[in-house]
Amino acid sequence: MNHTPLLEMSGITKNFPGVIANDNVNLSIMPGQIHALFGENGAGKSTLVKIIYGILRPDQGTMRFSGIPYSPSRPFEARAQGVGMVFQHFSLFEALSVAENIALGMNKGVVGADLDYQITEVSNAYGLALDPKRYVGSLSVGDRPRVEIIRCLLQNPRLLIMDEPTSVLTPQEVRSLFKTLRQLSAEGCSILYISHKLEEIRILCSRATVLRGGEVVGVCDPSKETAKSLAEMMIGLTLTLTERKEAKFGDECFVVKSLSVQNQDPFGVDLKDISLTVRAGEILGIAGVAGNGQAELMDALSGERTITSGSMFIGSEPIDQLGPTGRRRLGMCMVPEERLGHGAAPEMSLWENAMLSARTRKGMEKNGFLDIEMARDFAREVADAFNVKTAGINNSANSLSGGNLQKYIVGREILQNPSVLIALQPTWGVDAAAASAIHRSLQELANAGTAVLVISQDLDELMVISNKFAVLSEGCLSEITPTGTLSIEEIGLLMGGTRSDVSVEDGK
Amino acid sequence: MIRLEPRKEVSKHLLYMTPVFAVILTIMFGLVLFAVLGENPLAAIATIFFEPLTDTFTLSEIIVKATPLILIAVGLSFGFRAGVWNIGAEGQFTIGALTGGAMGLALYNVEGVWVLPLMCLAGAIGGIGWASIPAFLRTRFNANEILVTLMLTYVAVLLLSVLVHGPLKDPEGFNFPESRMFHEAATMPNLIAETRAHVGFLVALAAAVIAWLILARHVFGFQVKVMGQAPKAAVFGGFIESRIVWISLIISGGLAGLAGVFEAAGPVGQLVPALPVGYGFTAIIVAFLGRLNPVGIVLAGFVMALTYIGGEAAQIKMSLPSAVTGVFQGMFLFSLLGIDVLAKFHVRLKPSMQLGPAE
Repeated sequence: MNHTPLLEMSGITKNFPGVIANDNVNLSIMPGQIHALFGENGAGKSTLVKIIYGILRPDQGTMRFSGIPYSPSRPFEARAQGVGMVFQHFSLFEALSVAENIALGMNKGVVGADLDYQITEVSNAYGLALDPKRYVGSLSVGDRPRVEIIRCLLQNPRLLIMDEPTSVLTPQEVRSLFKTLRQLSAEGCSILYISHKLEEIRILCSRATVLRGGEVVGVCDPSKETAKSLAEMMIGLTLTLTERKEAKFGDECFVVKSLSVQNQDPFGVDLKDISLTVRAGEILGIAGVAGNGQAELMDALSGERTITSGSMFIGSEPIDQLGPTGRRRLGMCMVPEERLGHGAAPEMSLWENAMLSARTRKGMEKNGFLDIEMARDFAREVADAFNVKTAGINNSANSLSGGNLQKYIVGREILQNPSVLIALQPTWGVDAAAASAIHRSLQELANAGTAVLVISQDLDELMVISNKFAVLSEGCLSEITPTGTLSIEEIGLLMGGTRSDVSVEDGK
Repeated sequence: MIRLEPRKEVSKHLLYMTPVFAVILTIMFGLVLFAVLGENPLAAIATIFFEPLTDTFTLSEIIVKATPLILIAVGLSFGFRAGVWNIGAEGQFTIGALTGGAMGLALYNVEGVWVLPLMCLAGAIGGIGWASIPAFLRTRFNANEILVTLMLTYVAVLLLSVLVHGPLKDPEGFNFPESRMFHEAATMPNLIAETRAHVGFLVALAAAVIAWLILARHVFGFQVKVMGQAPKAAVFGGFIESRIVWISLIISGGLAGLAGVFEAAGPVGQLVPALPVGYGFTAIIVAFLGRLNPVGIVLAGFVMALTYIGGEAAQIKMSLPSAVTGVFQGMFLFSLLGIDVLAKFHVRLKPSMQLGPAE
């Protein structure tokens, strides 16, 4: 094995107006190495890989690829050198077939007439079952990364960049992905694996570069570290995990009986006969892989979607006929999944966004007129109480980082003193410090007697915060059990639902 | 290939200034245009933009033109903020003139201070009724309101023509296609003696003030803003899209209808097939030139009115074609949109890109 690094970056610096995204970053990846790049959101991981893939150009610094100077000015050149990339947000067209999607993202000349055959061959060789003729819209979310991976593999990459590929996968799917990645590594392909899931990095990677604030703060062998020590390296301070309090639960605050929703959207999911109860002081966690009805369930519970049958109650009040405002009046607050565009209007100021959901419960609306001073005070209160880093409440929502905006949204809902709080993916795409702040505030809210329902794909999150636990799969809710009574294995099977194309055997 | 990259920070002050830049740019284009036409460019610009401001009569005529423009544009600003594109204010204006005017004709020679308010009410209801058609079709069948409102404009204009050629025709009018002249009680009182400026102007200003209050302070103003910027956030906020569509079309239809009666019972004084002269379309430019803000709309209304009067002056004094007004109005909108793009985006010249995933 030669000792020339496949990719060597030295002194890479990239400035954006007002922020240094990468500051004198050095990184070296050996042939066949699975190299982790990890750090909090905003640490500069995405900027760095965009430089490697030729989407961005560094302000300073040099790169060498197999010892030869390398400075791609566009992705096409990076691909020609053998660099492939699987994006975090899949860039796939739902209305096109697998083969068409793959052909779209490839360099000219590589695509042959026998693309279907090539796809089948590669997918068999790496255990990535995929039918080239299927429409992407009909693929499960768990199958979609395969399309991107196969697209990269068809170009015989020497370096494969994977940006948080497992965020939508079940544990079994993660294992089968890891198997593929190890096989690739054994064949000599290097992998740059970007993640903030510490366990995965420990299991998969043999080398890790840790970024914080745009700088490299550590290089280590993750298999020799603990998840805790990795997390501390990433965050830069000692972690305190919140203790789960053994609490007695109060009255039934939120009851759902036989809720069913028929979806108008051909790619959507129907909800089938969902019943659940959340008591005062209790946190019910609903797990599941994205695209199994989470968004539909959230919208039905919050009143943004009409239900087909069933009934819902806050306390003893039926709420089926009420919209979001009516439900808020009875004590329900909601944290939707999308921060920008759903939970907050991106171009509006923080105080205007305070009026969006808090005007009813905080008395900002009198005879149809809005009390703007009250909204401004409330926005300030939320920003202070939840440690939202912003230059001021006149700033627009999209000027905040993801974690800060999420803290603002969660805080806005919590400070309305809800009797029921429903949150979908409350820490999605948020850095570890913000996530643990959000977890702590949800637990404090429950301790104060609120019924909390959290729908999330992040199993670790639910294991930490919830008292009771259920899995949503293909629109059906599993039995609700106390958290901790199911093994990760059992949960994984529930999450996989009836899907049969998941290979369960093998793995570590 | 030219690429537009969004600017990170868009200056609010700059956005308020862009209409001013647009005016300046339009005047500069105008200079070039007149030079090419072989006229003295400075004299032409002075005739169009400055001389009308020096004379009481032309100033009053500016008010006459600004009244419907402001009234209609204020109404449109609600829908345009919410993403409800009522392009057919011209039709609602026409129907308003028709229903209000018909009310005046039905009460011919009836005296009473209530006659004119009744006509205004009829006109507003007519405009609302006409705007309700696209509102119903959009909320019930998801029909595109841009197409429906626009097409209904032609129906409205033809409807006016049919009725003025028929039942509403002046019995003593030698068979000309026009109605009787409205009698005194059915005519808009003058604002300035000896001119055509009428009290409708005060109504337009009042509408702007009320609209400002609603947009800045009322929950409905908040609703249209959220709906226009982030429809899902509006649903999350508990706002109902169909209700916003209905209310904004009712407001814009009602105000356009009112502008229609004002025009018929004011400067025109009767119903004629040529009553709709494009105020409903020009008001769209006024609404955007005024940044969908009622205060800005009042200012923009005056600027647009000036192009009408100045264009007429150019026709009379310099014997330029009447198209000059339309050319200037078009240049206004074009400059405004162009400068807006430059304010919000960087322009980058780049070689054409290889197609690839998520650049």
